[in-house]
Amino acid sequence: MIYTALAPYSEAMPTSKLIEVENLHRNFGAVAAVRDLNFSLNSGEVLGFLGPNGAGKSTTMRIITGNLAPTSGQITLGGYDLLREPIAARRLLGYLPDNPPLYRDCSVREFLSFCGRLHGLRGNHLTEAVDRAIDRCGLGDVPRKIIGHLSKGYQQRVGIAQAIVHDPELVILDEPTVGLDPRQIDEIRQLVRELGENHSVILSTHILSEVQAVCSHVQIINQGELVLKSALADLESTTTGRHFRIRFLTPPEVAMLNELVGINEVLVDTNGDFLVSFTDQTLGTESLLRKSLELGWGLTELSPPAAHPPSLEQLFLQLTDEAVANESAPEPPEPISQ
Amino acid sequence: MTLLVIAHAELRSLLRSPLAWATLASVCALLAWLFLLQIDQYTLYRSQLLALANPPGVTELVVKPLFGSAGLILMMVMPLITMRSFAEQARNQTLTLLTTAPISLTAIVLGKFAGLCGFLLLLIGVVLAMPLSLASATHLDWGLLAAASLGLLLLTTSFTAVGLYISSLTSHPGAAAMLTFGLLLILWFLESATSDPGGTAILAQFSTLHHYRGLLSGLVSSGDIGYFLILTLLALSLTRLRLQSQRYQA
Repeated sequence: MIYTALAPYSEAMPTSKLIEVENLHRNFGAVAAVRDLNFSLNSGEVLGFLGPNGAGKSTTMRIITGNLAPTSGQITLGGYDLLREPIAARRLLGYLPDNPPLYRDCSVREFLSFCGRLHGLRGNHLTEAVDRAIDRCGLGDVPRKIIGHLSKGYQQRVGIAQAIVHDPELVILDEPTVGLDPRQIDEIRQLVRELGENHSVILSTHILSEVQAVCSHVQIINQGELVLKSALADLESTTTGRHFRIRFLTPPEVAMLNELVGINEVLVDTNGDFLVSFTDQTLGTESLLRKSLELGWGLTELSPPAAHPPSLEQLFLQLTDEAVANESAPEPPEPISQ
Repeated sequence: MTLLVIAHAELRSLLRSPLAWATLASVCALLAWLFLLQIDQYTLYRSQLLALANPPGVTELVVKPLFGSAGLILMMVMPLITMRSFAEQARNQTLTLLTTAPISLTAIVLGKFAGLCGFLLLLIGVVLAMPLSLASATHLDWGLLAAASLGLLLLTTSFTAVGLYISSLTSHPGAAAMLTFGLLLILWFLESATSDPGGTAILAQFSTLHHYRGLLSGLVSSGDIGYFLILTLLALSLTRLRLQSQRYQA
């Protein structure tokens, strides 16, 4: 049933966005939990939705899954307006809320069959779908166990299995690794990575390494507003790979550095260090060294680009810091202010 | 039909709880005892009854009081059966499973209602089995029995719908049960709220007991049937509204 319902859509509009969120607002009384949120996701992308606790992540997840009505704004899922055609739109969705909705008195298989039936799967399709979900989520050892008797890690996996059993286009996972031990976290990440191969995934989390480990795109939300939206690859290339770190005893003006031959871009990070990228590395370094000696800047350090990306963590802390958040523009990514 | 999927899950979850079986056992024991008591009375006074010009039959003397008590007992019991329906799901936050699936809210409400009614049929079946056991020994007034059964069915489905609605108002099953019971009790005794027969006429129209009594005495009137259907539909629509409004909570 579902497959035939989806087929015409994916053929007809192969390039359209899978989910598109426009001008989303949500107030709880006088408190604005989500303010003017805009984002979209293409098929095959894994979006990491980052933010400190209470930033509006779960609220956003609840809104885009149709569990909470927005105060204003529009959500389009696969071309269907979530508010006007909720049922058609929700066919594309699999959702794991922050609190997994498990029927604790059911066995794993029974529960997943129920979930599959809710999404219109019957007969052989249902059995296959349940088998596949059990297999993918590593539940092969426990299909007959009662969910309430399972460990937290297994319950979380059942929660994920529930979200993917009907093979939705878009899987939304709200903090799937909370409360798990490191091994389990690793397994869940592995699973999310696999999911990303043939589903689109929105992963909400406050754990940064999680995003770095599994996501293709990242956005950071703070106090209900998006403060960063970027492809992870872009992000890494702007903060790493190309920038040398340079430290002076008596730092010159940024403009003076910019004028030098072979230098492409100069940024200053929060410690007062300069981050410099070169158009021509040999030429650039040479002119920089000469100028430093000439004008007595006292160059004390010149280190090549870090092998490890300086993390999303710095960025996260910077962007979610209240003072910074208030003045930073949502896009384009400007991780390091000049 | 996704509605039936939900109904099935609801019934299954109910039948897995000891509460349902304890309820079934208590109701069964209580009514069986009342039933036997009525039979006893009937056999005791049978010779005197036969002396009357137009004696009331066994159906009228046994079934009517039995179904009357059954109505009252189920009024106390149904809140316990319906209390978990939405309240427990709200408490465990499992309602998301249903509200994220491609199902309408109407189907969710009707599905749960149907599941609860499934259990209700079991209860009524047990009650009905008692008079039916007399069928081999004596002549039953089938018309009266049918009317009384219809009455009991309509009465208890309306209890179920009211219970379902109240269960959707809170995340505390116990509170839902208590509120449902209170409301049902008021509806039941509304008829006897004032002693003045003329003044209660309007009020009595809102009483479940008033309309149940008509059906119990074998009088199938569209007014009584309509009352129960309206009460049921009203409660179900309110439940749907309630679920919808939860999305707009402030």
